[in-house]
Amino acid sequence: MNFFSRHKNTVVLTTVLLAQFLLLAVQVKRQTAEGPVRLIRLLTVSAFAPFERLSIHLGENVRGIWTNYIDLRNVRSENARLKAESERMRLDRAREQEDARQARRIQALLGFKEQWIDATVAAQVIGTSGTESSRVLYLDKGTKDGIRADMPVITPDGVVGKVLTVYGETAQVLVMNDPTSGVGATLVNSRLQGIVKGTSTGELQLNYIMGDEAVQPGEALVTSGGDRVFPKGLPIGTVAGVSPGRNLFLEIKVKPAADLDRLEEVLVITEQKLRAPDTAGLGPIRASDILAQHLPGVPQPPPGVVPPSQSVPGGQPATGAGTIPQGAPQKPVTAKPQTVAEAAGASAAKPPIAKPAKISTSATKAVQKPSAPKSATPKPVSAGASGVKPKSAGASAGAYTAVQKVSTPRSATPKPVSASASGAKPKPAGGSAGATTAVQKASTPKSATPKPVSPSASGVKPKPAAGGGTRQP
Amino acid sequence: MRATNLSYTSREQVEVYRFSWPMSVGLPVLLVGLQAFLPVRLPVFRIFDFGLLLTIFFAVSRRSQLSGTLTGAAIGLLQDAFTHTPFGVFGIAKTLVGYGASSIGIRIDVENPGSRFLLAFFFYGVHQAVFVAIERELMGQSIHLNLGQEAGAAVANSVMAVFLFALLNRFKIRD
Repeated sequence: MNFFSRHKNTVVLTTVLLAQFLLLAVQVKRQTAEGPVRLIRLLTVSAFAPFERLSIHLGENVRGIWTNYIDLRNVRSENARLKAESERMRLDRAREQEDARQARRIQALLGFKEQWIDATVAAQVIGTSGTESSRVLYLDKGTKDGIRADMPVITPDGVVGKVLTVYGETAQVLVMNDPTSGVGATLVNSRLQGIVKGTSTGELQLNYIMGDEAVQPGEALVTSGGDRVFPKGLPIGTVAGVSPGRNLFLEIKVKPAADLDRLEEVLVITEQKLRAPDTAGLGPIRASDILAQHLPGVPQPPPGVVPPSQSVPGGQPATGAGTIPQGAPQKPVTAKPQTVAEAAGASAAKPPIAKPAKISTSATKAVQKPSAPKSATPKPVSAGASGVKPKSAGASAGAYTAVQKVSTPRSATPKPVSASASGAKPKPAGGSAGATTAVQKASTPKSATPKPVSPSASGVKPKPAAGGGTRQP
Repeated sequence: MRATNLSYTSREQVEVYRFSWPMSVGLPVLLVGLQAFLPVRLPVFRIFDFGLLLTIFFAVSRRSQLSGTLTGAAIGLLQDAFTHTPFGVFGIAKTLVGYGASSIGIRIDVENPGSRFLLAFFFYGVHQAVFVAIERELMGQSIHLNLGQEAGAAVANSVMAVFLFALLNRFKIRD
């Protein structure tokens, strides 16, 4: 009693600290090899484990002496049996590896899906954590407005973070410059992928880019979609500086696209959908056509020389590896922007000449990387069409831009592809159909009409280029 | 014969102050809440730690280690509530600061601006050191301190402390 009254302050300090340590230990989960474990459990286990380990080791040693030195009957026969089994398994493994490769190829073909933003909710930033160490924001929207945990939060400029905790009428957002945050990112030019994380000083850093890679300052970063939180293609920021890191990786500083220190209104992406590309009307895709896209192209012969691939018996053009039917798009995606009328005129004045088929690099790229917006020209889109539910006037304008920036395919130019170039039926520009068609035609060259049809011949009435009120894919 | 403990305090500084209940509860809630709101409009306020300054102020005014400990713990836990980190991170740091500040408050003059500046500067450093230790050792986070930035923040908080303490002096009640 005397001790407690004499050291009252120290005892209270110790008690309060101990209570808070326990409180912390109950909440904190430490990352271990087997996953997150509560700190209190880790501490308890750490205290008891040495004794348990000692007893187990003693037992194992005794058992080991018996099994490794004394009880070695039938070891030779068992060894022979295991060797035979190993040989058999090696053969199985080779066969399964081939199956796995095939499965991956098929998966790549069939599982080609993109994420699309279907709906957003505009929200006002009403608070922060108030500390430098915890970069969180509070929004004025919560469960009642359809906000859920792990929803991406963006501004028209770029990514902000993700929803961490949701309450009835508020939500806590973890900003991407918090040290515990992480966003899967792709460098737009080099296509290198890494993870953008915050630092303790509130800066952004791109991690896990190998030291021998060339990354230039100023290169843009977009979301890779690999984190399963953010849709692919949202702007994150630009590379601000590159320096060799302390380990194998580069230390890349990133300047965020959105001003993370001055956020007043944000958009919460409440709905994303996975959609397969629209392949209706393209017909079945043959394996040889898919293969043809991945093989090197045949160089263009000089004028007047008939390439041997076209002089096959029967007068049919060869459609083997590396070739596509006549009139197939040479530059189906990066066709020079022009109106339908111009395209029609061009095709009428200059009848298409059957050129040796060659796989366009841009076409292949368009197929392989269709979802990262790059050179698409944004057009005004109505809110209804974009799926954005703007809550305030200021936010709604941003919503359009954000959605368009995200959802427009990089290589799709929202203008009609020249009929003479693509051999496809001319369509009005500006709609999603035009852009999608461009990508799809590129991906399946075989389905392109062998003879390019001019608008007059095809009966299509040329229309002026217009927005069409549809969302860019 | 019992030796007397000598301290560098004037007669006036030995006096103990107390605060009304509404002040004791309302001030921390108001200032910590303000700290959470202000950076939305004025990002520069992010560097101030009003919770820490209040902890120091209450601790040196009441001159009771017990009171300083409990006040620090309460304010720290309140701050923890606004973050996404587990409860106790700021709680532990501010408990230690409250205890330390009240211990110092008994011994030295804490009423003039110079000593208040130094006191705030010192305890800001202690707070950040404890915070980083907790983050690294208990939470397993890789926190790196930018010493230049921290020094700047310490100076800013110390300057703020001088003005804030002068303002809060009005709410003190002589015991």
